[in-house]
Amino acid sequence: MKMVMAIIRHERLQEVQDVLDECGVSGVTVTEVKGCGAQRGYTEKYRGTAVHISLIPRLKIEAVMRAEIVKTVVDKMAVAARTGEVGDGKIFVIDIEDAVRIRTGEHGAETVQHGQRAMWGH
Amino acid sequence: MGGESLSGLSRDLSVQGDRKGTATRVWKALAKRKPVLAIAAGIAIVAALVPMLVLADDPTATQAAGVAADTVWVIVAACFVMFMQAGFAMLEVGFSRMKNVGTVVAKVVTNLSVSSLAYWAVGFGFAFGAGGFFAFIGGSGFFPTFSPGSALDLPALSFSTVPASAKWFFEFVFCAVSLAIVWGTMLERTKFIVYILFGIPFAAFIYPLISHQLFGGGFLMATLGSQDFAGSTVVHLTGATAGLAGLLLLGPRIGKYEKGRPNAIPGHNMPLAQLGVLILWFGWFGFNPGSTLNATNLHFADVVVVTNLAAAAGAVAALATIYLITKTMDVGMIGNGAIAALVAITAPSGYVEPWAAIVIGAVAGVIVVGGVLALDKYLDDPVGALPAHGMAGIWGTLSCGLFTVPALAKFNGVGQGGLFYTGSFHQLGAQAIAVTASFVTVFMLSYALFWIIKKTVGLRVSAREEMDGLDISEHGMWGYPESFMPVPGGIYRPADMPTVNPHLSSDPVPGHTEVARA
Repeated sequence: MKMVMAIIRHERLQEVQDVLDECGVSGVTVTEVKGCGAQRGYTEKYRGTAVHISLIPRLKIEAVMRAEIVKTVVDKMAVAARTGEVGDGKIFVIDIEDAVRIRTGEHGAETVQHGQRAMWGH
Repeated sequence: MGGESLSGLSRDLSVQGDRKGTATRVWKALAKRKPVLAIAAGIAIVAALVPMLVLADDPTATQAAGVAADTVWVIVAACFVMFMQAGFAMLEVGFSRMKNVGTVVAKVVTNLSVSSLAYWAVGFGFAFGAGGFFAFIGGSGFFPTFSPGSALDLPALSFSTVPASAKWFFEFVFCAVSLAIVWGTMLERTKFIVYILFGIPFAAFIYPLISHQLFGGGFLMATLGSQDFAGSTVVHLTGATAGLAGLLLLGPRIGKYEKGRPNAIPGHNMPLAQLGVLILWFGWFGFNPGSTLNATNLHFADVVVVTNLAAAAGAVAALATIYLITKTMDVGMIGNGAIAALVAITAPSGYVEPWAAIVIGAVAGVIVVGGVLALDKYLDDPVGALPAHGMAGIWGTLSCGLFTVPALAKFNGVGQGGLFYTGSFHQLGAQAIAVTASFVTVFMLSYALFWIIKKTVGLRVSAREEMDGLDISEHGMWGYPESFMPVPGGIYRPADMPTVNPHLSSDPVPGHTEVARA
């Protein structure tokens, strides 16, 4: 199994979720995060004082899947999350040793895929 | 506060012996005015009409109806002003960080309460009671009782027919507003006990001293003729001056100034701050128009219009000014502009024409933006209380000396017309003396009081407590618990309660034991 961990823009979340669903990934964890990269922050003005904010809000996406589909998922996600502007984020792929479905106690790749689309958000 | 209002009222009443005529006139005049006063007007009319219908042929009924209408208006206006406490609370909460919001609301409620008690005990007597050193301070009416038949000798308020209890409540809520203004400069680092230790003597003595001078028939008002219709100096400059004294002894928040340059410490909630502005704006429709202490001569409705125009001009002027300087339409500054304009129009509101109100408000809007930007380099005033209440309060008081209409000065029975009507600097001089005398007096007394508090119990929390936030360090809890505690929507057990998981024993999950063994 592999985990895809991606940093994306807020406004691309639905498209990225659609890709994961379409590829049969059974779940996704989304976290609001702040970070810095090539985009280098922005300037805020508070009561006349300029303030440089280096950390920009983004979403962190974590999804575990069967190793066979990871390449397809990553390619499709890279398209779905892209706007073409600096600051579109990154996708990382990490090895996963095991997975347990807590309710039933079953192990392995069966726990991270679904047979039928969940249509998240639709 | 109108010295001639009583004679105006009795003139009205004698001319219009026919009660229905008075009622119709009052109703028509009120019905045309601001919707914000609809409730107040409705209540006043009902209160005025009921005795008329019952006592249709009694000649004293007209007088009684007028008194009832005046009293209802004064109490309703006072309730508007009391609600300004909510405005100050929201304004300060919005401009504070999340870790320091619970303490703000605790302070507002506590200060309103201690000032109620102190002002009832001695404050009102010092401000308005007849006494031997009347040019300097009042001297009777301490611990007052208000039951029917009890008499308080309040020389400066005798023009109004409303009972002493209504006068007390109206004057008290002004005192509470002045005290609320003090703390805007001292947010996010002041020990809670300081609010009480300063609030009691402020409400008992410092505020009544100035209030006596400009509302209560003291030297400035009675002899010099200084005009302050609703308290640009009495309420706002007094509060801001005490705030300045406290701030000088307290110092800035940690991190506000580094290497001699100011940092921004953004407040956490602009919608709440602006809700505070709008609540204050609303409250001002009691603050200025209520200061007529009279509904039947209808002057209060003119004051409403003047007040609203000034606020509008102030917000627009502040928006334009901050945009020209920073190319940003700063959310907070627009609100500061409205507040500064309301502060400025407070003194002249009973004395000026609408066009003058617009000028006064617009100038205040420019002053507050310039003031915030300039003072921020030296003084850590999180909500901009010094420019909005201090500088604009000075400007508003002085503006009487420029814009007061001679006829309105005569109507109110204080001072004379302003420079632009009379060509005379006399009134401007009287205003300048009032501002200077009030500022010096309040600053010295407040500085001394804060100095004593600093040397005994201390003004500031420790650096550690300041970093942790006053909510947790002073009050043992968070203003927004779910932003800080581990699980939103959770329950929290006492520290000595063992952890309980009801699912483990009563409803074992299939396969769980196998997982555990593997």
